[in-house]
Amino acid sequence: MGVPVFGVLAELLGRKGGCARGKGGSMHMYAPNFYGGNGIVGAQVPLGAGLGFAHKYKGDGGVNISLYGDGAANQGQLFEAYNMAKLWNLPCIFVCENNGYGMGTSAERASANVNYYTRGDYVPGIWVDGMDVLAVREATRFAKQLCVDGQGPVLMETATYRYSGHSMSDPGTSYRTREEIQEVRQSRDPITSFKDKIINAGLTTAEELKNIDNEIRVEVDKATKDAKADGEISLEELAADIYATNLDGPVRGLVSGDTFKHINIGAQVNAK
Amino acid sequence: MESTRIVKNVGSLFAKKWLCRQVLGRNLSVSAAARGKALTVRDALNTAIDEEMERDERVFVMGEEVAQYDGAYKITRGLWKKYGDKRVIDTPITEMGFAGIATGAAFAGLRPICEFMTFNFSMQAIDHIINSAAKTFYMSAGAVNVPIVFRGPNGAASGVAAQHSQCFGAWYAHCPGLKVISPYSSEDCRGLLKAAIRDPDPVVFLENEILYGLPFEVSDEVLSKDFVLPIGKAKVERAGNHVTLIAHSRAVQTSLEAAKELSGSGIDAEVINLRTLRPLDMDTILTSLAKTHHIVMVEQGWPTAGIGAEISARISESNAFFQLDAPILRVSGADIPMPYAKTLEGASIPQAQDVVRAVKTMLNQK
Repeated sequence: MGVPVFGVLAELLGRKGGCARGKGGSMHMYAPNFYGGNGIVGAQVPLGAGLGFAHKYKGDGGVNISLYGDGAANQGQLFEAYNMAKLWNLPCIFVCENNGYGMGTSAERASANVNYYTRGDYVPGIWVDGMDVLAVREATRFAKQLCVDGQGPVLMETATYRYSGHSMSDPGTSYRTREEIQEVRQSRDPITSFKDKIINAGLTTAEELKNIDNEIRVEVDKATKDAKADGEISLEELAADIYATNLDGPVRGLVSGDTFKHINIGAQVNAK
Repeated sequence: MESTRIVKNVGSLFAKKWLCRQVLGRNLSVSAAARGKALTVRDALNTAIDEEMERDERVFVMGEEVAQYDGAYKITRGLWKKYGDKRVIDTPITEMGFAGIATGAAFAGLRPICEFMTFNFSMQAIDHIINSAAKTFYMSAGAVNVPIVFRGPNGAASGVAAQHSQCFGAWYAHCPGLKVISPYSSEDCRGLLKAAIRDPDPVVFLENEILYGLPFEVSDEVLSKDFVLPIGKAKVERAGNHVTLIAHSRAVQTSLEAAKELSGSGIDAEVINLRTLRPLDMDTILTSLAKTHHIVMVEQGWPTAGIGAEISARISESNAFFQLDAPILRVSGADIPMPYAKTLEGASIPQAQDVVRAVKTMLNQK
């Protein structure tokens, strides 16, 4: 599962080595068993419920996990999805990653009820410390088993925190204090606290962890370099993969008479 | 009376069919042979869905009242009884939610038929139709195709007022990534709905409530289980030489009525049934233009940025423009929200006489 580092970085830079050939970008990454990245806040939840529906329909024992933020948690379509998932016992885990802010609006300013794990009402919900790696793992294991046993859907709220701004254009300090950010980084950081935990438990040493860090740094640095050096797809792909079966001949371009040839490149996993 | 004489003197089977045609009076399919079976649009759609569900177990129907109610307009009658809860699913009244669920199921390779009770309610779900269904194949660089059909009645019905009468042909035809079908006859509905269900891309299938009960004569070929029509190909319903009437859905009926009236005035109209709005079959249109040199667009939807506007623009920006002997005219719904009062409603949707008026205006201008 998942996409290698290079595939993600190249996609962020819009290059052809990206997991969507640079055509999707930061919000639209796809891989086996991974359906995006959806740019419309909240839309992924009914889509995820649909993937859960398909698991149940096919009887393949699969489970869908749909992740959304505290900002998306008030979207109406989530409640529509919870309702149908509950009516039809869909194998879905709905995960609210509550990092305290939707863009620049704090959870308290956006939600009349900030206990997101309760917002599923008739859908059982679990509150999880999202900064604790083991807690998240165990909660997910538990939720997954519930779903596999036909007792889904389940809701999970993972309490976490967002260090940086919402996006590249947001310094992240106009709506909160630097002290707040520092405090979380010092006391609740998931990586630092897990590191301390396993060192104190004698499972590893600081030196071993430093080696892992260095190895990964090399890998990520290389992927970054390769991604930056990678090119974009050519203009010949402008009209690629609009349809699995194009029925319209050439695709219209900018000026009357301009056309692009529609070609197919991708794997079309649902075509047969 | 003529009919009784025929019953007496000719075999009863022939007479029955002949009487049938007289009674039904709607023998409007150019391709139908002199003999054929009467099939309503409703039954055409119903049998198409049934056969495709039988053929491919990934096909399922989801929507409001599709199962135990047998369908708000009875299009899915009998299907729940035959296929059960797993494949014919009643949803709560939550269009955005169930359109999203249906689309997600299509991501996973199922073949959903997502019904909107009318396309007016599809506006609640339009984000999933466009952003989740239409665009995903492109955004995923061709990895995830979305084999979903969104279907339901579209456009004006009768006495349902402004919020329930809008035509969405232009809205959906606007978007790359969708295929948009707007059928007219039972033959259209059978062949194109089967094609839509088998198509690997998202298809918006715009039916018409007023046409549901209309019987059409269909050949045996139309009734066969693998009868599929090509998406994106228009049909010449009536050949003619003086003017081309281009229409889709119920406006095809209006155009055929107008053509009948016009023939009484010595004007021979060709009627093109678009069948598909995206992609548009410009080849058929341009062939007709080369013959008649006069085009009148007929549609029930609003004129602004409508289907007629698009076809008009495509002709105007190409050399085909020089084939025109007169400017293209459009006959469309009035540019107003649909009123409720009967006479006002009648004045908001083009009737045959409006098309006749447009044609006569155009030809007199020459």
